[in-house]
Amino acid sequence: MTATFDPTRQLAPSGPLVEEDREHHRFRVHRSTMTSPEIHALELERVFGHSWLYVGHESEIREPGDYVRRPVGNRAVFMVRNKAGEVKVFHNSCSHRGAVVCRKDSGNAKVFQCFYHAWSFDTDGKLVGVPDREAYGDGLDFGALGLRPVARVESYRGFVFLSYDPDIMGLVDYLAGAAEYLDLVVDATGDAEIIRGTNEYAIDANWKLLAENSIDGYHAVPTHDTYFKYLVSLGTDLSGGVAGTAKSLGNGHAVLEYAAPWGRPVAKWEPLFGEDSREEIGRLRADLVEKYGEARARRMADTNRNMLIYPNLVINDIMAITVRTFMPTSADRMEVTAWEMAPRDELPQLRQRRLDSFLTFLGPGGFATPDDIEALESCQQGFHSGGLEWNDLSRGMARDPLANDEEQMRAFWRQWNSQVTGVER
Amino acid sequence: MTALEPAPVVTGVRDVTRADVEDFLYAEAELLDAWELDTWIALFTADCRYVVPCNDTPEGDPTRDLVLIDDNALRLRSRVERLNSRKAHREYPHSTTSHQVSNVRLRPVEGEELPVVAEFTVWRFRGERSTTYVGRYAYRLRVVDGHLRIAAKRATLAMGSLRQVADVAIIL
Ligand code: FES
Ligand SMILES: [Fe+2]
Repeated sequence: MTATFDPTRQLAPSGPLVEEDREHHRFRVHRSTMTSPEIHALELERVFGHSWLYVGHESEIREPGDYVRRPVGNRAVFMVRNKAGEVKVFHNSCSHRGAVVCRKDSGNAKVFQCFYHAWSFDTDGKLVGVPDREAYGDGLDFGALGLRPVARVESYRGFVFLSYDPDIMGLVDYLAGAAEYLDLVVDATGDAEIIRGTNEYAIDANWKLLAENSIDGYHAVPTHDTYFKYLVSLGTDLSGGVAGTAKSLGNGHAVLEYAAPWGRPVAKWEPLFGEDSREEIGRLRADLVEKYGEARARRMADTNRNMLIYPNLVINDIMAITVRTFMPTSADRMEVTAWEMAPRDELPQLRQRRLDSFLTFLGPGGFATPDDIEALESCQQGFHSGGLEWNDLSRGMARDPLANDEEQMRAFWRQWNSQVTGVER
Repeated sequence: MTALEPAPVVTGVRDVTRADVEDFLYAEAELLDAWELDTWIALFTADCRYVVPCNDTPEGDPTRDLVLIDDNALRLRSRVERLNSRKAHREYPHSTTSHQVSNVRLRPVEGEELPVVAEFTVWRFRGERSTTYVGRYAYRLRVVDGHLRIAAKRATLAMGSLRQVADVAIIL
């Protein structure tokens, strides 16, 4: 292969990558952050090597021995529930000579046997079987030859995270203001589960474009016109519009919180849900009021949330709950994995409505996500056109930021900048 | 009869031959490749269903599980309108596609419906990008006024994920 010279490739400037001028209400990000392979390499180490990253949800592994296998931060790991009921996450590599130990995406196992030379490990990662053990004499310490757990694993309200940094702060401290928003989602959902079926796709664009897009209220109306037309055709009255705020939750996390004209399966009825579900939704709402009081219940039931947990987890609690994570494979490409979360014991007609709501907007076959994919790839192609060096993210700096401003993205970028370049937040 | 006019006239669902079904499926494919979506959607019954399950859950049940597409007649109509508009940005301008259907198998008639299974390869070209969808169709066909009509179409993808194709913004 010959190396190709790309004259439009943005090299990192010697000056700042992120520039904030509060006095003149200007915030801008250098486009090399989206295109430079050098910055991509720095990110892998400084961002993904030193953050808490989402692994999965505890509902995916309910029983001892249940496991799921997936890459997290581009490294192959698997998450398993051990005999004692605890969640473990291991590097997916045999301690003998390296082969992948967990070779299916999900299942249940008492032991994981490496197919290469048949070493086997239990759900605590302990080495429990070595063929012809006597060949090793007494010298070898089998106790030290277990599977390697990842440096840190913690879970919050069922959401399991890992970090490859042994010295990182605890997960609750890291989540900062995002923890309370996870509480809102989980408390409203009750016994939450990730439902079967995974969206696994990819976008030829820098991963930070999806971090921005997932909490970008500004693009919704122009980009997703066809989706709003669809809602109107079903009888949803959009005239009330979207009203809400954008805020930083600390450590790069951010949220949009807003009231919108559409309904929520928990628990805001609208005609689209059908008369037959009106009573059930009313009951769900009354339950929330009883448990959490009127003010908090109203927030849970009536408002929508688009939340970014830095660096690469999105939890959108709208007409359906989306859990989405994404990871760069190069400066110009990311892989996206998304799930849907729902109450485990939901009434069939509400589940159906929730699934419909998810599908029509979201996912690679939905009426909106493909257009987001197009927008992100279009930006990436635009960056390579050269000429312009900076992206502008100043919207709303001169006022208390609204849900269609860009403060939430600025929160992300400040954290990113401090992690990658060492500049104080 | 123009090239795009679908479906030979058939008498009853029990008299349908594999050649009838192949002609029908090829005509459907031609309509999709020509982006004649208004004519294409007329091939469906008023109570139709168009489903694409997630790659990791090929047996996915749209009433319980997350799938990629679960269109009833109303949503299918909205999908067509969206794709016909200039605002389905992922498909404006439209991809060039080639829907290839093979290994057509007729299963025993159930009630008034003929289950049909076929393999598909759908090529999609847009800009510099070339992608391929591979999988299996499961149709349920009915005879309405002498024409074959689609009561259900399920496209199960053989690919392990959508990483290579990005999305399913086209109709499979
Ligand atoms: S590499 Fe696993 S047993 Fe040898
Ligand atoms: Fe969007």
